[in-house]
Amino acid sequence: MNFLSVFVLIPLLTMAALLPCRNIKQLRGVMVAGSTILLLAAIWLVAAFVGERNGGNTAQMLFTASVTWFAPLNICYAAGVDGISVAMILLSAVIVFTGVFASWNMQPQTKEFFMWLMLLSIGVFGFFISIDLFTMFMYYEIALIPMYLLIGVWGSGRKEYSAMKLTLMLMAGSAFLLIGILGIYFNAEADGQGLSMNILELAQRHIPIEMQRVFFPLTFLGFGVLGALFPFHTWSPDGHASAPTAVSMLHAGVLMKLGGYGCFRVAIYLMPEAASELSWIFIILTGISVVYGAFSAIVQTDLKYINAYSSVSHCGLVLFAILMLNKTAMTGAVLQMISHGLMTALFFALIGMIYGRTHTRDIRELQGLMKIMPFLSVCYVVAGLASLGLPGLSGFAAEMTIFFGAFQNPDTFHRVFTIIACSSIVITAVYILRVVGKILYGPAVNSEHLQLTDATWYEKISLITLIIAILGVGCLPFWLSGLANESLAPIIDRLAATI
Amino acid sequence: MLHTSLILITPLILFIVLGLFGKYLSPKAAGWLGTAGLLLITCLAYITAYHYFFEVGKVDGVYQKMELFSFSWLHLGEWLVVNLGFMLDPIAAMMLVVITTVSLMVHIYSSSYMKGEVGFQRYYALLSLFTFSMLGLVVANNIFQMYIFWELVGVSSYSLIGFYYTKPAAVTASKKAFIVTRFADLGFLIGILILSYYTRTFDFISLTDPKGALISNPASATFMGASVFTWAMALIFMGGAGKSAMLPLHIWLPDAMEGPTPVSALIHAATMVVAGVYLVARLFPVYYFVTPEVLTGIAYIGAATSLFAAIVACTQTDIKRVLAFSTISQIAYMLVALGVSKYEGHDGLGYMASMFHLFTHAFFKALLFLGAGAVIHAVHSNEMKDMGSLRKYMPVTHITFLIACLAIAGIPPFSGFFSKDEIMVAALHSNVAVFVCQYIVAGLTAFYMFRLYYNIFWSKDAHYHHTPHEAPAAMSFPLIFLAALTVAVGFIPFSTFTTADGAAFAGHIDWSVAAPSIAVALVGIGIATLMYKSESGKADKVASRFGKFYNWAVHKFYFDELYLFITKNLIFKYISTPVAWFDRNVVDGFMNFQATLTYTVSNGIKELQSGNIQRYVWVFAMGALTTLALVLFVL
Repeated sequence: MNFLSVFVLIPLLTMAALLPCRNIKQLRGVMVAGSTILLLAAIWLVAAFVGERNGGNTAQMLFTASVTWFAPLNICYAAGVDGISVAMILLSAVIVFTGVFASWNMQPQTKEFFMWLMLLSIGVFGFFISIDLFTMFMYYEIALIPMYLLIGVWGSGRKEYSAMKLTLMLMAGSAFLLIGILGIYFNAEADGQGLSMNILELAQRHIPIEMQRVFFPLTFLGFGVLGALFPFHTWSPDGHASAPTAVSMLHAGVLMKLGGYGCFRVAIYLMPEAASELSWIFIILTGISVVYGAFSAIVQTDLKYINAYSSVSHCGLVLFAILMLNKTAMTGAVLQMISHGLMTALFFALIGMIYGRTHTRDIRELQGLMKIMPFLSVCYVVAGLASLGLPGLSGFAAEMTIFFGAFQNPDTFHRVFTIIACSSIVITAVYILRVVGKILYGPAVNSEHLQLTDATWYEKISLITLIIAILGVGCLPFWLSGLANESLAPIIDRLAATI
Repeated sequence: MLHTSLILITPLILFIVLGLFGKYLSPKAAGWLGTAGLLLITCLAYITAYHYFFEVGKVDGVYQKMELFSFSWLHLGEWLVVNLGFMLDPIAAMMLVVITTVSLMVHIYSSSYMKGEVGFQRYYALLSLFTFSMLGLVVANNIFQMYIFWELVGVSSYSLIGFYYTKPAAVTASKKAFIVTRFADLGFLIGILILSYYTRTFDFISLTDPKGALISNPASATFMGASVFTWAMALIFMGGAGKSAMLPLHIWLPDAMEGPTPVSALIHAATMVVAGVYLVARLFPVYYFVTPEVLTGIAYIGAATSLFAAIVACTQTDIKRVLAFSTISQIAYMLVALGVSKYEGHDGLGYMASMFHLFTHAFFKALLFLGAGAVIHAVHSNEMKDMGSLRKYMPVTHITFLIACLAIAGIPPFSGFFSKDEIMVAALHSNVAVFVCQYIVAGLTAFYMFRLYYNIFWSKDAHYHHTPHEAPAAMSFPLIFLAALTVAVGFIPFSTFTTADGAAFAGHIDWSVAAPSIAVALVGIGIATLMYKSESGKADKVASRFGKFYNWAVHKFYFDELYLFITKNLIFKYISTPVAWFDRNVVDGFMNFQATLTYTVSNGIKELQSGNIQRYVWVFAMGALTTLALVLFVL
């Protein structure tokens, strides 16, 4: 039994443990226990991974295991992690942990809600530990389906519409993805061996360039839809606006990262020639995403819409950085995924808490919250500052790594887009400060809001954990960037071999 | 090593402690803690500066750049590493003294000025954050570290301008300050991107070494007709112009006066706003040797800004805004001095003068602001019309304010005279147009400062709700201390300490330049005396003579309206709103259209599956016949 499977097993066992629970207290107990164990396991994994690396283990993937699943097609359950997946697992564990505390008073059908949430986690963790394309795709689907129910049943506003839209658009994306995966599977030259789904094996083989030209865009687009690539991002504002707090946190914090992660683990790693040839198309699209999302966020009035468009902009930067096809920018992409995951989870948690108290997310109806709920407001300011890239918080290190990496491409096309992407730091400042100024500052006008209380202890656990993580990445970015940097070497080597 | 690192660590710890646990402390305890911590930092900074200037700094008669420590923080590729370090050179050591001294005075002053304010602990926490960021900025050993602290300084300025966050004007002002400087910082960032790509380093020591790779052999790449370094250095200056409120990025500074007055003294007069000057001085060898055309541009921008701000300052009625425009004008002076400077020996006079003026200006401008704070504290208004004859009630404030006014007007033997004189001499030697402009500004400065002075302390007897009282000891001590400095620091032989190339040269006063400039200042003071000493209609008459021009000046030449147009109309109305509309209606509309289309089509064809057997048989038969017909007749 492979250690990595623990990350799938723990949520599974938590689901089982939820079944006999009778009341909300027991449910909370089980969820807190499950998510804490997950978090500890993730921390342990990071420590073990760093220990192995320091011990001189230079294998590309550590803790690998492979069990044949379906021999005729050579499909295996293959697991293994490198520095990037380890970082993503830690991020997911943090977000699941804080998400549990943020959905403390989830009603009704609490048990079912938590079970679906755990199923979602299985999909997420399974995706990050997989190194077999089929297993990866399967977990990807497992992560998508619960989303439909979580939004459709426990959501708010136009929840059925949003749930349907989100699921259909992401399903369309995964249809592209499936074609892409099959294309890779059948076209990777076998050298006398059978066809393979294993990423490590596929990376040793070569896919003809004509085939890459067809399947690279499909694969990239498939993952890109989940990464909110313009113009396939419109599920994101509606979906996030309708989703309950913990689901928004998990979705924006982790699920959108599946897109970015898949892009370089599958699309670019396995089809490097087409990646260098066709990257310009997607650079244009992601460049648009970055600026377009930020401009859209400026005029929104619903807090969740603002944050969703801000995610479009920030996740656009992730894909943008990946497409720069050099090590520094890709390291920046990993940092940005972690950073965006943490700060957007913090944002959604806070919005949920504010909404739970005031029953509105409309910034025109909120004012002077700083006086009424100082703790939540200060956390909101911290999240805002992280989002606009204040040094010392996570966003800064990530964005700077991306910009400096992107600028290493010497041609004018890349540079112009780098500067366009840079300009998002100003637009971000505009929409963040607009919201902060509108809802937190000023006199408290609504007398009903005066009676509201500040954060409770379980909310504080959730918020403080996220803020510590944001500060940790922001003040000490070198450990994370080191972790990502060495794991990117195989991808960069393959890219370099194409030139 | 340990004590220098404490200079940075102490204010950070103070910020964390006061920020997180401030609410458990009484305001008094928080104030004491903050002030005591700052006293410690000040002592350490003095020791460090003394140690540098008199013991270790000089090698062969030339002040060296000394890197005390440095560790790598983030790798940006194989050849680009961001370090965090601590570097001392004459200007860094000088800035340590300036920042800690003014900050200490402001800490002491605030304990009384801010007494009873909600959020007293938060105030001290933010002051500590600011001190930390500003100190980190000046001791940065590489340009990226400077950018990091540059941003931190920006955010502490933002939170202090918006300290009274329930006041909408303060919130708007803080937002404006942050966004305008952020826009400028975008230029700074792109400048760093370009510079670091072509030089492969962030390090100040290797960048500014006159024998280094950049200066002796710059890369020859060009972009749109100009050298990449011209672009880089001009963009980097854009960042400096934003922080230092140069035209046309000055609009945030007057509004920043919404913050508490001691904050204006510390951040928006003495320290943070000179960061742009400091940045240019830090990179001076690069500007001078590699991109002299940018340096000339800086001189012209400085000259234009100083003239513009001085004209506007003559018409403002809010005393803090007069001081704000005066700050803009004086900072522009410093940039002019840098812009006209050369590098070696006595030719580097402008550089020395700029730093000298930065030094003296910090003290007398902080004094002016703190004095204005005492006045505002006494009369509860910022407007000149609510003041008058205060000399009778506030003698200490009156005398110290007068000293500062004389200093800024450039009357000997006050410090402003010495530093300004050096700037004039430097300008005369290099660019006569700039020189003439600076003469006019000197006259205007004397005029508007004494207009301010007479309106506050002389003029009419305003109607007060209660008798204005002299500032309490905690407020008057900083005033007296700074007044003493204002008198004394002019006599420091600056040219032996702070020069462009590190080597000392003999400074002297050029009376052929100084005498006319004193005369111009005296004329300015004289006119102000005639117009404002006693209440008379003269001022209004003069104003109406200038008519339209006066109106333009009162409205600050409509820069605010221009910006409002850009943000409200261009960005909100013509970019963001259409983008958001496009997103909801075109992009999302297309997605919804697909869904609707699918739905309609399937709705249309679902009737085919009707469950009606007769119909199925009929369709089957028809189909079979058609197939048969096709097979028989076509094939």
